[in-house]
Amino acid sequence: MNNADPIVRPGASAAHESAHLHVAGEATYVDDIPELAGTLHAALGLSAKPHARIRSIDFAAVTAMPGVVAVLTAADIPGSNDCGPIIHDDPILADGEVHYVGQPMFAVVATSVDVARRAARRAVVDYEVLPAELDPRAARAAESFVLPPMRRVCGEPAQKLAAAPHRLQGQWSVGGQEQFYLEGQVSYCAPREDGCLQLWCSTQHPTEMQHVVAHCLNKASNQVVVEMRRMGGGFGGKESQSALFACVASLAASKLKRPVKLRLDRDDDMMITGKRHDFYYDYDVGFDDEGRILAVRVEMIARAGFSADLSGPVATRALCHFDNAYFLSDADISALCARTNTQSNTAFRGFGGPQGAIAIEYILDSIARRLGLDALDVRKANFYGKSDRNLTPYGQTVADNVIHELVADLEQSSDYRARREEILRWNADSPIIKKGLALTPVKFGISFNVVHFNQAGALVHIYTDGSMLVNHGGAEMGQGLNTKVAQVVAMTLGVPLSRVRATAADTSKVANTSATAASTGADLNGKAAEDAALQIRARLAALAAARFGGTAEAVRFADEQVSGEGWQIAFDELVKLAYEARVQLWSDGFYATPGLHWNRETLTGSPFFYFAYGAAVSEVAVDTLTGEWKLLRADLLHDAGNSINPAIDIGQVEGAYIQGMGWLTTEELVWNDVGRLTTHAPSTYKIPAVADCPAVFNTRLFHNPNHVDTIMRSKAVGEPPLLLPFSVFFAIRDAIAAVAEGNVAPPLLAPATGEAILNAVEAVRAARAQP
Amino acid sequence: MLNGKQAAAAAEQIRFVLDDEVVTLVNPAPTRTILQFLREDLRRTGSKEGCAEGDCGACTVVLGELVARDGTERVQLRAVNACIQFLPTLDGKAIYTVETLKRQDGSLHPVQQALVDTHGSQCGFCTPGFVMSLFALFKNDAAPDRACVADALSGNLCRCTGYRPIFEAADRMYQCGDQRDWLNRPGTLAANTVDADEQALISQLKALRRETDLRVETGDARYFAPSSLAEFATLREQMPDARILAGGTDVGLWVTKQHRELPVLLYIGNVAELKGIDRSDTHFEIGAAASLTDAFAALNGAYPELAELWRRFASMPVRNAGTLGGNIANGSPIGDSMPVLICLGTSVVLRKGALTRELALEDLYLDYQKNAMQPGEFIERIRVPRSRPGWVVRSYKIAKRFDQDISAVCAAFALHLDAGAVAEARIAYGGMAATPRRAAAAEAALAGQPWQEPAARAAMAALDADYTPLSDMRASSGYRMQVAKNALYRLWLETRPDAPLASAQVNVFQLV
Repeated sequence: MNNADPIVRPGASAAHESAHLHVAGEATYVDDIPELAGTLHAALGLSAKPHARIRSIDFAAVTAMPGVVAVLTAADIPGSNDCGPIIHDDPILADGEVHYVGQPMFAVVATSVDVARRAARRAVVDYEVLPAELDPRAARAAESFVLPPMRRVCGEPAQKLAAAPHRLQGQWSVGGQEQFYLEGQVSYCAPREDGCLQLWCSTQHPTEMQHVVAHCLNKASNQVVVEMRRMGGGFGGKESQSALFACVASLAASKLKRPVKLRLDRDDDMMITGKRHDFYYDYDVGFDDEGRILAVRVEMIARAGFSADLSGPVATRALCHFDNAYFLSDADISALCARTNTQSNTAFRGFGGPQGAIAIEYILDSIARRLGLDALDVRKANFYGKSDRNLTPYGQTVADNVIHELVADLEQSSDYRARREEILRWNADSPIIKKGLALTPVKFGISFNVVHFNQAGALVHIYTDGSMLVNHGGAEMGQGLNTKVAQVVAMTLGVPLSRVRATAADTSKVANTSATAASTGADLNGKAAEDAALQIRARLAALAAARFGGTAEAVRFADEQVSGEGWQIAFDELVKLAYEARVQLWSDGFYATPGLHWNRETLTGSPFFYFAYGAAVSEVAVDTLTGEWKLLRADLLHDAGNSINPAIDIGQVEGAYIQGMGWLTTEELVWNDVGRLTTHAPSTYKIPAVADCPAVFNTRLFHNPNHVDTIMRSKAVGEPPLLLPFSVFFAIRDAIAAVAEGNVAPPLLAPATGEAILNAVEAVRAARAQP
Repeated sequence: MLNGKQAAAAAEQIRFVLDDEVVTLVNPAPTRTILQFLREDLRRTGSKEGCAEGDCGACTVVLGELVARDGTERVQLRAVNACIQFLPTLDGKAIYTVETLKRQDGSLHPVQQALVDTHGSQCGFCTPGFVMSLFALFKNDAAPDRACVADALSGNLCRCTGYRPIFEAADRMYQCGDQRDWLNRPGTLAANTVDADEQALISQLKALRRETDLRVETGDARYFAPSSLAEFATLREQMPDARILAGGTDVGLWVTKQHRELPVLLYIGNVAELKGIDRSDTHFEIGAAASLTDAFAALNGAYPELAELWRRFASMPVRNAGTLGGNIANGSPIGDSMPVLICLGTSVVLRKGALTRELALEDLYLDYQKNAMQPGEFIERIRVPRSRPGWVVRSYKIAKRFDQDISAVCAAFALHLDAGAVAEARIAYGGMAATPRRAAAAEAALAGQPWQEPAARAAMAALDADYTPLSDMRASSGYRMQVAKNALYRLWLETRPDAPLASAQVNVFQLV
């Protein structure tokens, strides 16, 4: 770690609050909870057809299997057979018709996981096969969408395109990505008295799980309690799509009056759940001799899959991130959600932002190659200005732009220019292996695009022994949210972090929470917890000031001491005094992000509270005979504001970089010609492994206290660095371009698998052969 | 389950060491996995299920076994995937799980503490697996370099950290914590001396040695673990339909993924004669039950140019459990050992009862998942010729990912070069046909030709006549054919008489 940032604050770079449990195998995930007596296990029966009517299902062989307790179908659902987060088009169990291979049709409940899974395969389904659409471009041609198309036009793109001195037009695509949380989807539900249910669910959205379970079972929200201590990874895949499993476990528990657990096998998980949307682009760009974009038109087709799920907001975020760090005065941007008979694609870290932003990066990289310029110079020429050229296509002013100084810093610290020269020399002497280099920037908008999601609540308790407990609406999935929130409480009350314990998200404690998503977890819940802690502190200060003199405002809390003018008392002592004085030692807290507005009709407004920035330089070597490649060095510089926990933030930056690199390189989703996903396990779907981590990996945080009033002036850090590995992709493209003299832009598709790379190498060779 | 020291185990009992105690199980279900046993029966939930196919490493545990090393009895600790190991195979071994490492007084093991200190866990779900892989490294290697660390972690996936802090932890663990206990003392198994704790463990494991062959029978499944080759051969002949179980790295998935019933299992892991690796003047004689790790270590001595192939073969836990005999018997068209072994002129010794016969490896494979073995016959050993002067040998694996990936294409070449010409060419590919197969037309195109570019180009073109590869999720047929040809071109670049290129000039993974 090369973190030159001199941030010093109580608890800074504290280890993850569960680190000591993770390493000892003592951190409890849902499947680790000791099972209640009588627990049953469920497994799902999945569609084998991409689109079909279900004529009948013969369960005779299923129910004949010893240990099988029940088979549940849509007919057993007393309430709404829907778990869609926004549009209600997501059946829990298919009702008469299936829309993709892998769609759950029924659940088998048995005395063991093994029996349930074996039995589920024994059902005999009679399908009437219907026509299936598997290709997003074909769906777009047929105008088959899950939601109405979105389009935002600013300026006069048509006229400016026509008048531009240079023009580039083309098509491109980027693949989808499986979340591949190491802990698969799992829900465990226990019936409680009076029709109530206790649900343990690995989810980023306990409140939504509460709602869908209540709707599915015709219950009130106050009958369903969802508890979520931690997830073994979420990455967006457990935002809306934990719902189906929550509903099935709850349905079975409710119907059978027994605790029921539904833990998915990895293959089933990958067959059932949606992924990052693959995107298909048509672009048309006009630019000047310096590569400055004069006008651009882009149509982005997202593979939504069979239902809407979160495709609408994903497409909106793609649309709002097509600009990335660049001023686009005249732009025509549309985003379409193509309906296909495949899994319903969903949230994945970045939530459409990466798919929007990488399109403009591909365009800029192509412009640079057309003009024979260094792509970094073309990127810089297009950066948003500070006081002018700072209006986004959707009408928000970029008020906190630090991309110029951030990129300048990285350009220097990474030795970009000298390495560029060195690589030119190296490539000249290397007939087979070619090196490539790229620097790409990131600007990422922080907040939910849906304004009302930007709220959070928290509870802080101080017990009479001085220990503290904080509970908030956010869900811990490894990102260190609980650690940061506990740090906020500790800092606010002037006590060591060790005094503060963060507890499981629980819908019976903090109500009506938002998903832990859109990078907002610490921003929202940190502020809510701070609000709660400040209220307690104010009460303690008032008591102390009244007892010992001075004003409450002058009372300071630091180092486990509370002090005023001429007096000091141990924090613990003051807590005892407060209890005896009948002062409330616990409080709720609440936060709503100010100043947001968004018009869904015009696709304009100020949807983001602020922007986070970053940049990365990547250097790769590509084998032009096989398409195999290796990342040689990475230099990352990322704006986490005034970081609450630099170590955790660096972990987010590095992890997102490698995860995003996987998306753009080795992670390939392949559906066969009958719509079956053939990459449904780690044997066939390749996320980055240990050898993919570069030997030279420099990560720094860019010191930049947030200009708006966020928690401790920090910035959200979950998603923005997912865009940093664009530099890996463009470094590969750069290396491929070195195969030929001149300015050939390699037609490299993402993911840049060995095969995609070799195809691009061959295309460049062919272009060289025919000048 | 019975705890505590006991007399010799009955035929239906398995015994193993867990947390210093001997655990005895009577008639354990043959296909119950170690992971199921740990999580469901013992409620030791530290080990996680991430994939149930040995590809993610969240379930990694470490097994201790008695081995003879340089004539000395030693304990061997190796990481394996608990999710695909069957419970009865634990018999006679020691097992270490993530729960074993933390001390009673609450202090963390150096591996654990290092991961905390370097922020090496985020969601934490993969972490126990990393801990155990690092623990095996910690005991086996006193000062591993980055490449060794990467190899040790090749079977562990982390989706959160990007691995950088885990590399850091692998350095730091050697400076962490005190070394009061044997578990906390690094590198002891790499040392030439046996310390007192290891000696105690050796004694404990020796006491578990069976006097009777293991025979487990549950309602509908039977499991036999004979301890002699003769007994195994007899059982095999009596039960030709029994499934032979060695490392379980494929058979395990038949149960966890395909839910197949395996009514009779014949485990060969206790047959000492099948685990040995002997070196004659002309051959390596590799017993069918020798682990891939051991087999590759032996072959590396003769063929250092194959080190990268073996490094990229599955992952360390899979190589620790899996056997070369299993890879060969399985005969997968994408098995990575066979192409190069075929090129080397490897043969297999097949045995049925007391009768043996020797067959060229390439003749073992008849068609997709069809081989030349008779009912009741099995592979006794694999005979790999030692390196011969004048021959150049290469094997190139082409896959989406460096670590633990299945080849799109695995190319292998053995050329006998004499005075700048190809005296004999043996070329074989995996991933190009229904079986690992030689490229007759390409070999013919090279035979007798000067080892110059025209011959290489002619052989590349001849591959079109040799193979009609398939398209699947790993690669298209077009890519397979093209990289098959380009691999031959790489071979020429690396071995041509004039100005051959160094491997780092043709292979990104050799770049430093």
